Amino acid sequence: MTGQKRHITLTVNGRPVSADVEPRRLLVDLLREDLGLHGTHIGCEHGVCGTCTVLRDGASIRSCITFAVQADGAEISTVEGLAQGATLHPLQEEFWEKQGLQCGYCTPGMLMRACEIIERNPDPTPEQVREEIASNLCRCTGYQFITEAVVDAAKRMRADSDSTTGAQT
Amino acid sequence: MTIVDRSAPPVRTHKDNRKWVGKSIRRVEDPKFLRGGGGYIADLVTPDMLHVAVLRSPHAHARIAAIDTVAALSAPGVHAVITGARAAALCDPLPDFGPDPANHTWRCLAVDTVRYVGEGVAVVVADDRYLAEDAAALIEVEYEPLDPVVDPERALAEGAPLVHEPLGSNCAYDRTFDFGDVETDFAEADVVIRDRLRWHRSGGQPLETVGAIADFDHATGELTVHTNSLSFTSYLFMVAGTLKIPTNKLDIIPVPAGGSFGSKLFATKPSVIAGMCSREVGRPVVYLEDRVDNMSNCDHHGSDRVYEVELAMMRDGTMRSLKIDTIDDYGAYIQFGVGHHGNALAQVTGPYRIGSVRYRVRAVLTNKNQQGAYRGFGSEVNNWMLEQMVDKAARELGLDPVQVRRQNFVRTFPHFIPTGNVYDSGNYDAVLDQALKLSDYDRWRAEQRRLLEEEGRYIGIGLITAQERSVFSATEFWFWFDEPGAPVTSMPESVTLKVDATGGITATLYSCAFWGNSPETMVAQMVAEEFDVDPYSVSIVYRGSRDGLPATGPGGSRTTVMLAGAVEGATAKIKAKARQAAAHLLEIDPDDLEWVDGGYQVKGVPERRKSLGDIAIALHLFKHSFPEEIESGLEDSKVFDHPYTTMPSADRKDLGVFYPFMGHACHVPVIEVDIETGGVRFLSYAAVHDCGTLVNPRSLAGHIVGGTAQGIGTALYEEFAYDDDGQLQATSFLDYLIPSAMEVPELKIGHAETPSPYTPHGIKGGGEGGRMMAPAALNVAVNDALAPLGVRVTELPMTPDRLLTAIRNARESR
Repeated sequence: MTGQKRHITLTVNGRPVSADVEPRRLLVDLLREDLGLHGTHIGCEHGVCGTCTVLRDGASIRSCITFAVQADGAEISTVEGLAQGATLHPLQEEFWEKQGLQCGYCTPGMLMRACEIIERNPDPTPEQVREEIASNLCRCTGYQFITEAVVDAAKRMRADSDSTTGAQT
Repeated sequence: MTIVDRSAPPVRTHKDNRKWVGKSIRRVEDPKFLRGGGGYIADLVTPDMLHVAVLRSPHAHARIAAIDTVAALSAPGVHAVITGARAAALCDPLPDFGPDPANHTWRCLAVDTVRYVGEGVAVVVADDRYLAEDAAALIEVEYEPLDPVVDPERALAEGAPLVHEPLGSNCAYDRTFDFGDVETDFAEADVVIRDRLRWHRSGGQPLETVGAIADFDHATGELTVHTNSLSFTSYLFMVAGTLKIPTNKLDIIPVPAGGSFGSKLFATKPSVIAGMCSREVGRPVVYLEDRVDNMSNCDHHGSDRVYEVELAMMRDGTMRSLKIDTIDDYGAYIQFGVGHHGNALAQVTGPYRIGSVRYRVRAVLTNKNQQGAYRGFGSEVNNWMLEQMVDKAARELGLDPVQVRRQNFVRTFPHFIPTGNVYDSGNYDAVLDQALKLSDYDRWRAEQRRLLEEEGRYIGIGLITAQERSVFSATEFWFWFDEPGAPVTSMPESVTLKVDATGGITATLYSCAFWGNSPETMVAQMVAEEFDVDPYSVSIVYRGSRDGLPATGPGGSRTTVMLAGAVEGATAKIKAKARQAAAHLLEIDPDDLEWVDGGYQVKGVPERRKSLGDIAIALHLFKHSFPEEIESGLEDSKVFDHPYTTMPSADRKDLGVFYPFMGHACHVPVIEVDIETGGVRFLSYAAVHDCGTLVNPRSLAGHIVGGTAQGIGTALYEEFAYDDDGQLQATSFLDYLIPSAMEVPELKIGHAETPSPYTPHGIKGGGEGGRMMAPAALNVAVNDALAPLGVRVTELPMTPDRLLTAIRNARESR
């Protein structure tokens, strides 16, 4: 059952972290209990609902069915890394504006998944967003306002990136 | 003789130049949730807490012959192991509003008999959850299996195994009510439409389970519980009584809930388990259900009904009377009695002028997890049943399904339905007209014909018109009994408003915190409306139960209306004092002042005014400037009681007013059934709701879409299926299929606004509407699609398997 602890080092939201963990310790428990990052939530505990979604080296994973040792050497991104001080991430802004959340419990996982979707496709159609966020369950919203929020956040991020590019040239 | 007092509250006039009520402002709650700082129950766990794991029964029905806890007790990190027998010594039975509770005793852990798969038999308290589960696996339970009873109709048969021996039967309740002259109406009817309908159980299944953190202080005898269940200040005795501690030694503190949809209503068991364990070990203890705990043992499975229905009609489409005979499978216990059927009786006749109703309910006990609450609380099932009957009537009589509904609409208000409940206001034609337009109904009817003829595709249009009751009164839980021993129930909600020395406003709420609805936004908008301030400037706090004012908490789409009444009442008190103070400061008669733009000013002399801040600082710091009777400070509270509820008649032929603020909706899904796979695909979905005056149209729209998504789950995918041995077949989201973004269509949403004459601003509740409508609409749509094949589906969920079976049966019988 219990096992010898392993030493792991990883990066969480850009900060180096090291920990001694049992092999069976779940990544979500490392994040929530050992690092105090409560933004990543636990939903179904079977890897189905996507509530616990975080990014590992930029790709979304289910932290409730990933062992902490599997994150050894990886870069992990969680919802706590999205806002920069007082400034919300464009996805957070658009989720707020569009009421893309109700109880807020699936929201961190949705936001991290949406980051990945926009990273891979900066100009997604509503149909593409629906198909891709189908990885994550939301029991409150029926997904309509989440879809709108992701599409409009992508638009906002393209505009931000255009203006940044413009400033450089 | 039936005597009822139907006196209504005074009719209100509503101001129409509202600044904040009616605006889709961004929710004030959201930034913390968007940043991952929601502060849910699991976020409050600290390293000094011990963790609970529950050992659950693998049997549907068995005697517990022996439990050996020796190995578990000596496992690493274990502080206590408590069996059901020990728990029964530590705690009284859990609260049960059902009939005859002494004969179906419900406890936090099973004592000598397990009655469903997942029922707890022992708990382990350990340093962490991993160790608690390790130790739970070491507990050895010797079971003697008994025959389970799973099917509700078989449970009623002679010789069926008994779920509770002392009851002597599996029927916990059986009663028939007649409202109006059913026999005459049936005798005079031209035709009687009959059907048998089956609604299987689903449940709220929020992504966050229920949890509680308990900290018992042996020095003071006080127990503090943080929980995401409803922390009604009015009902904390339910937890205190079970734990056998005085209510004034218990403080239940509300924590934001990651969704409920009914399933966290009165979730007393987790608080009791955590409290019991904390008292035993003298340390703070956390019990968080895992997903299996929640699916198998949440005490909140939804309705599970068999219906035999008769609808008496005239050939011209006039509806006359209804006979409803329903068997409801409550599972192993019956905590809320048959309140779900009381709920159905609030709107049993739908939006139609049906003159009489016979309602028989048999509440059956089986070896399953018990029913609790799921968005709609049983009236969504009634909506579905009634709309299937109306739809069948239209088909059998060759009438237009839109016209047959419209011609029976209630059009004069207030309207008392045969059960005695009132529909306060409404405009069903306006909702229907808007829905027909929004859904492009006529075009889809033409398209439906064309696609069938030209392409052999089966398109269905599922128009339904149905009710959405709001603001419950608890009489629905007890009018079933002739001797209720209680007068009409007031179900209060309270708000305290405090204006600080600089004019900053803080609102204190007393019942459950946020659970996905938006009480903070609602209150902020209402306070902003009353005081002409920015809603984002209003601070909202919650208070625990011990020093809280009376509060009932969310449920039955009551929160917004009740909070509006409490805010209105507290505002009136504060403004009365502020007016006195301003009059003194301005040296003028209070009657010569008027509230304008955030302060009191002399009528017709705008330059002579005192802002709320001017008044507040004077009242906080300079009391001696005021007359004796004006005290320091500017703070007041309102306990707002249910504004319109009346007693049932003694003979129960009239149940009184218990759900008066009646919303209405029309849903029009357009779907295609693939007759080869049994799959259902959406082509369009329009929904028009009338919940009275809108507070935040965007958040109501969110509830409509989200509720519809849950209704789609109920109609097509979700089922807590038990096999013949009573094994639960859906114990994870791999088997219990919650709709994803690919199963929920984009809704076209319309709002109509018929203000209630009896509530502040004319608001009605709208939290449950989507799920009230979608199952009915989808069943009608599927039957519309499959009508050319002679198929009529009468069972939910309409899984591919059920649809293919129905299609095959129809083909074989041709």
